[in-house]
Amino acid sequence: MPGAIYAEGLVKTFGDVTALDGVDLDVPEGTVLGLLGPNGAGKTTAVRVLTTLIKPDRGRALVAGIDVLKKPNEVRHSIGLSGQFAAVDEYLTGRENLRMVGQLYQMSARDAKARAGELLERFNLADAADRPAKTYSGGMRRRLDLAAALVVSPPVMFMDEPTTGLDPRNRQQLWEVIQELVAGGTTLLLTTQYLEEADHLAHDICVIDHGRVIARGTSDQLKARTGGERVELVVHEREHIASALDVMRAFGKGEATVEQHTRKVIVPVSGGAKLLAEVIRELDTRGIEIDDIGLRRPTLDDVFISLTGHVAEAADGNGEQEGATS
Amino acid sequence: MSAAADTLSRRPVPTARGGAVQSVRDSLVVAQRNLIRMARIPEVVVFGLVQPIMFVVLFSYVFGGSIAVGGSTDPSLYREFLMAGIFAQTVTFATAGAGAGIADDMHKGLIDRFRSLPMARGAVLTGRTLADLVQTALTLVVLAIVAVIVGWRIHEGVLKALAGFALLLLLGYAFSWIGALIGLSVRTPEAATSGGLIWLFPLTFISNAFVPADNMPTVLRTIAEWNPFSATVQAARELFGNLPPGYPVPSAWPMQHPVWASLIWSVVIVATFRGLAVRKYRSATA
Repeated sequence: MPGAIYAEGLVKTFGDVTALDGVDLDVPEGTVLGLLGPNGAGKTTAVRVLTTLIKPDRGRALVAGIDVLKKPNEVRHSIGLSGQFAAVDEYLTGRENLRMVGQLYQMSARDAKARAGELLERFNLADAADRPAKTYSGGMRRRLDLAAALVVSPPVMFMDEPTTGLDPRNRQQLWEVIQELVAGGTTLLLTTQYLEEADHLAHDICVIDHGRVIARGTSDQLKARTGGERVELVVHEREHIASALDVMRAFGKGEATVEQHTRKVIVPVSGGAKLLAEVIRELDTRGIEIDDIGLRRPTLDDVFISLTGHVAEAADGNGEQEGATS
Repeated sequence: MSAAADTLSRRPVPTARGGAVQSVRDSLVVAQRNLIRMARIPEVVVFGLVQPIMFVVLFSYVFGGSIAVGGSTDPSLYREFLMAGIFAQTVTFATAGAGAGIADDMHKGLIDRFRSLPMARGAVLTGRTLADLVQTALTLVVLAIVAVIVGWRIHEGVLKALAGFALLLLLGYAFSWIGALIGLSVRTPEAATSGGLIWLFPLTFISNAFVPADNMPTVLRTIAEWNPFSATVQAARELFGNLPPGYPVPSAWPMQHPVWASLIWSVVIVATFRGLAVRKYRSATA
């Protein structure tokens, strides 16, 4: 039985740009899939195919069990889409925006009005409800956009980089809403460039680059592929690097590396915090003064770099947009 | 938190009515949205009035004494003759408004939102063109008042005059569908505005709108006589009773039967461009 979002061999080209090059996805009901990748990787194109906005050249997709290509209008009843650009009408008030979307989801005028009120309350927009959306801050617009996607509480949600450009407080608030949604049984596909976000919200992560899925699994599984924990320390004096390296080699479980310019010594370890304490005692005994020391676990950034050979945010301009439009 | 959890919890999704009822309803929802926008950006409507009013005044007083209509250079005759032309030119400017509005919606991602909703195909465009029709009607009312001030009068009764205005509005509605297609085809609202206006100038000038076509070179005269725009101008002139005495009606069919020609042209334009625009909308990407 395929999941709430299921895709098989999706291919989409725009001119000579291959945006999707055989993407398979399977998102079980009630879970969150984080679609991770740099700009231009094909994330937005995948979302646009799954939300019926564009047709793939090849492949097949089911959303909420409905064939996206054969019955797009039925799919549209079951999905909510919240995009990178807060797609609200800036000259309409928050309330008018939500009422309009409700009516276009085929709610009665009365239901749409009541629902708009509920959502404005829930998203802390009640005070600004009757002001045109162009007076809203970035965070408020994003909340209004998300509220619009939730007007009918669709069983499947798509969020394309929902927190890009948001400040940490607004991002935190949005994360809370997302977690609440998922707790309520919604299936969510989330694209993001922020590895931290995928780590925080997603049950499963799919890393895509150049239109292909290059890795998938839970956050822990992906991190395990990149290697285990390590100790990183920064010595105070450059001349102490050599002796610190000796200590680290003694405790380490692999090749120790040195970054001269930052006076940093790194060594893979196993043994966790207890080992870290021993390292510190030994350094102290030898009179090596340190500026910083810590036990580091691999982040999704490390995973990303090791998989793609480049940093997630080291974006090739607005490649994603180009890919989606041309 | 339980109340909040209720807000986000899943609920039965309303089902589509489908068919014509849903199309009409969705179009009206979108039209309402566009009318609210117009009311909140009144400068667009106001600036839309400046040019036609300027034309009324400039043409009436600058050219008024020099252009002979029906063998007379009486400026008051030209003023009456002119108004239908200015009215018709004004309604065709709806093209630029519709185009810019739809291009702006594409640009802002609103078309994506609409296309992800279970709404009737074409409702976004129909709603926009209906709202433009309301705006055009308002513009015509103001312009008619200005025209009356400079001496324009109707001579065939109110009913015929209303029929004349109805034909003008229908032409404007038809042209806003051309604008819709332009708006969906360009990348920026600015391009839609200029793309919606440039070709309107030759179209409205190679016509009978500002001067009688009979002094034009043969090729231009033929174009002018078959120009959809001329048909509506001629029809409005007839219905307003603004044809000067002794004005020779050209023998071309549309000029002999301007009301029918105007109707046929407008319906053909709506059918063609609505079809093309809705098709384009369905595959539009922001």
